[in-house]
Amino acid sequence: MTTTTAAPIRVKEAGYVSPRRQRVMGIVFLALATMIWAFFSRTTTGQMVTTFVMSPGGAVATPDLVFKTLPFLNVLATISAVIGAYQLVRGFHGRTNTMLGILAGFFVIAFLAWGAADKSLNLAGLLKVAVVRAVPLTLGALSGILCERSGIINIGIEGMLLAAAFTSTVAASLSNLWVGLIVAILTGALFGWVLAVFSIRYKVNQIISGTVINIFATGMTSFLSAKFLQKYQNLNSPGQFPTWEIPGLSKIPFFGPILFSHNLFVYGVFILLIVLTIALFHTKWGLRLRSAGEHPKAADTLGINVNRTRYMATILGGMIAGFGGAYFTLGSVGRFDEVMTAGRGFIGLAAMIFGNWMPTGALGAGLLFGLADSLAGKLTILRIPIPPKFLEMAPYIVTMIVLAGVVGHTSPPAAEGTPYEKE
Amino acid sequence: MTDNKEMTPPPADNSVKPEKAAKPNALNIFLEEVSRNSLTVTILAILTGLLLGGLVAVLTTETVYSSFRTSFGLGFREVFRVFGITYSALFTGSFGQPDVIRAAIASRDWQQINTALSPFFESLVQSTPYILAGLAVALGFRVGLFNIGAEGQIFVGALAAVWAGTRIHGLPPIIHAPLALLVGGLGGAIWGFIPGWLKAKTGAHEVINTIMMNYIAFRLSEYLLTGFLKDPTKAHPISATVDTAAWLPRLFPNPNRFHVGFFIALIMAYLVYLLLFKTTLGFQLRTVGLNPNAARYAGMSIVKNTVLAMALSGLLAGLAGANEVLGVNRNLGVAFSSGYGFDSIALALLGNSHPLGVVLASLLFGFLRNGALRMQLQAGIPIDIISIMQAAILAFIAAPGIIRTIYRLKEPKEESGSPLLTAARKGQAQ
Repeated sequence: MTTTTAAPIRVKEAGYVSPRRQRVMGIVFLALATMIWAFFSRTTTGQMVTTFVMSPGGAVATPDLVFKTLPFLNVLATISAVIGAYQLVRGFHGRTNTMLGILAGFFVIAFLAWGAADKSLNLAGLLKVAVVRAVPLTLGALSGILCERSGIINIGIEGMLLAAAFTSTVAASLSNLWVGLIVAILTGALFGWVLAVFSIRYKVNQIISGTVINIFATGMTSFLSAKFLQKYQNLNSPGQFPTWEIPGLSKIPFFGPILFSHNLFVYGVFILLIVLTIALFHTKWGLRLRSAGEHPKAADTLGINVNRTRYMATILGGMIAGFGGAYFTLGSVGRFDEVMTAGRGFIGLAAMIFGNWMPTGALGAGLLFGLADSLAGKLTILRIPIPPKFLEMAPYIVTMIVLAGVVGHTSPPAAEGTPYEKE
Repeated sequence: MTDNKEMTPPPADNSVKPEKAAKPNALNIFLEEVSRNSLTVTILAILTGLLLGGLVAVLTTETVYSSFRTSFGLGFREVFRVFGITYSALFTGSFGQPDVIRAAIASRDWQQINTALSPFFESLVQSTPYILAGLAVALGFRVGLFNIGAEGQIFVGALAAVWAGTRIHGLPPIIHAPLALLVGGLGGAIWGFIPGWLKAKTGAHEVINTIMMNYIAFRLSEYLLTGFLKDPTKAHPISATVDTAAWLPRLFPNPNRFHVGFFIALIMAYLVYLLLFKTTLGFQLRTVGLNPNAARYAGMSIVKNTVLAMALSGLLAGLAGANEVLGVNRNLGVAFSSGYGFDSIALALLGNSHPLGVVLASLLFGFLRNGALRMQLQAGIPIDIISIMQAAILAFIAAPGIIRTIYRLKEPKEESGSPLLTAARKGQAQ
């Protein structure tokens, strides 16, 4: 039994939703509507007023958004209920996931409106922080997508982020920020190459290859940091990339400051997202890469060098992780601390799965997880009686639910995790 | 790709093949056997990993470079000095200083002997959670499951044990300590059960789910240690001290922290051995791990065995956490995380997923970890050096090809791979 041939061939018809899934989703939609009504509407009185501050303190002053809480919540609950009923009776078919996204958005907005009842919440600031927090998660996810689409499971994203964060700090401290950035990307490439060598040449179980990278990167960076960075502080002062306001775009009311007043890394995510989407799904290169991950034997028959494709994808994926690693130091705090990535690489992995191995999905998941992260900091200020730690757990729980196929259906590349051997 | 044609799992361990002595060219045959043997690769992998650690220590010592600038000979002397101090600190830190031990024995003072030998016993203390966590991962491997969530299960085990140790009062020690240990084990078992059940019922990959469960456990512990389980008299998030009745008894006076947990770990290793290799259930578990299709045709339940294996794996990891809390720390802080969970993957591989192998590998890691503490104090080498060594050992064990290339060893007779770790179960669990 070779796994390559035994892998079930899944025929995916565009927009097909099984009757069972249609019903489940309808119930989920109705549950969301009921929750908005039960948790939020019923605990709100008619006089309550929600205030959203709409400018994060940028140059453009957008007037605050003030509205009555109760009617707003009721409208959201009603729309959600109607959508749920329609899903149960007729079904949205191909647009089911879109509707799920919209309803999840409604739920978050309802939650915020409820939390900010008779208080004021800086919505623009919240979203701006969410965008920043999404950066390392999305980059980690994009790195994972590139590797896994070619058939190599990359569980070492965390280690790659950490290693690149370290090398970029030292390099940038010794010369300048741009050198630091390049060194970070090269570090990522090196680790990607190591992952590929282990997984392809030595056919090591890919989970173990990734674990080796994680243990090694954690050990090495902590070792070098304890040995040198604490003694020679000048090696740990890389500085930070400045904020670049994009002329014109950053002047858009509300959205401008949230999306277009950041440093290089946020724009890097946008650019990578576009480039990867086009490259993976609209070029010959991408088709070949994906075929190596879905059905390497077929790809080989058609003259694609499977292992070379995988090497390339893994190294490129490592480079993206390296770029993401530099964010922690050069794009965020401007210094290296031991184990500073704190599991972001693993949330990136979760974002990849949540986004169903699609770049746009990864960004969406990254933003959602980033929002959860950013909101966790606001809960105590808003006096919402949910422990912030529970909100921080949300990304992991949501990923497990998605993975179990209860809400959505994920489809990982069919041949990921199995080494390819020519017969 | 290995073919799993045979129905029965292979023999338990790949011990040293019997040497063919009394032949004219006995030495050649012996060398031939040794160079093909996987035990040789294991030993070489360990030695190479240790050597690499020393090399990193030398390369990151500034005096080495300054000595080389003065003269070549002086540089070499410095290299050997650093090598020497690294390994001697590692050795004396993990076993104790020979001259101190000799003097203590000569003095016939019980307390002095105890102190002199305490580094050795401390190494055993450090090995204890390794044994339990390593068994957890090894058990999973045998059933074809990758439990990467031992870290989280250790945390939950520790949390549950602390709860039982601080919230239950008035029990005699003979009941309280085992109860707290058991509660800890159950906590871990729940944490392992969830990914196992999800794997069996929905096909969700256990690697991802156990990672997610790790982080849920971390956040949960942060939450509980700042609230429900927090010691109200302390400013920082730390639990109250466990009731003395729930302590795992220590066998020697201070500073020796050796406690009965070590024996519990050994007993668990023996039980896991019995379960896997001497019972019908163990046969089923291993068959599911080696060839799920064969297991299914033989009427074994994949669902039952998967869930059971993950729960048992979590139980062992939970015991590791409970053991640390009840035997060593006696309270639980947020900085409890120790990387045991990730090291345990290396342990299971190093021990070839066999309980005896895991115990030996755990002793190695325990002694390394304890020795590294002294290395940090004496030679100024940060303790993280052992992570580098462990990563290297793990890499060499997982990729024997590297070791075979370095030492020009011959290929084994048949490409055995590691049947435990091939993705045999992929794509069929749905």
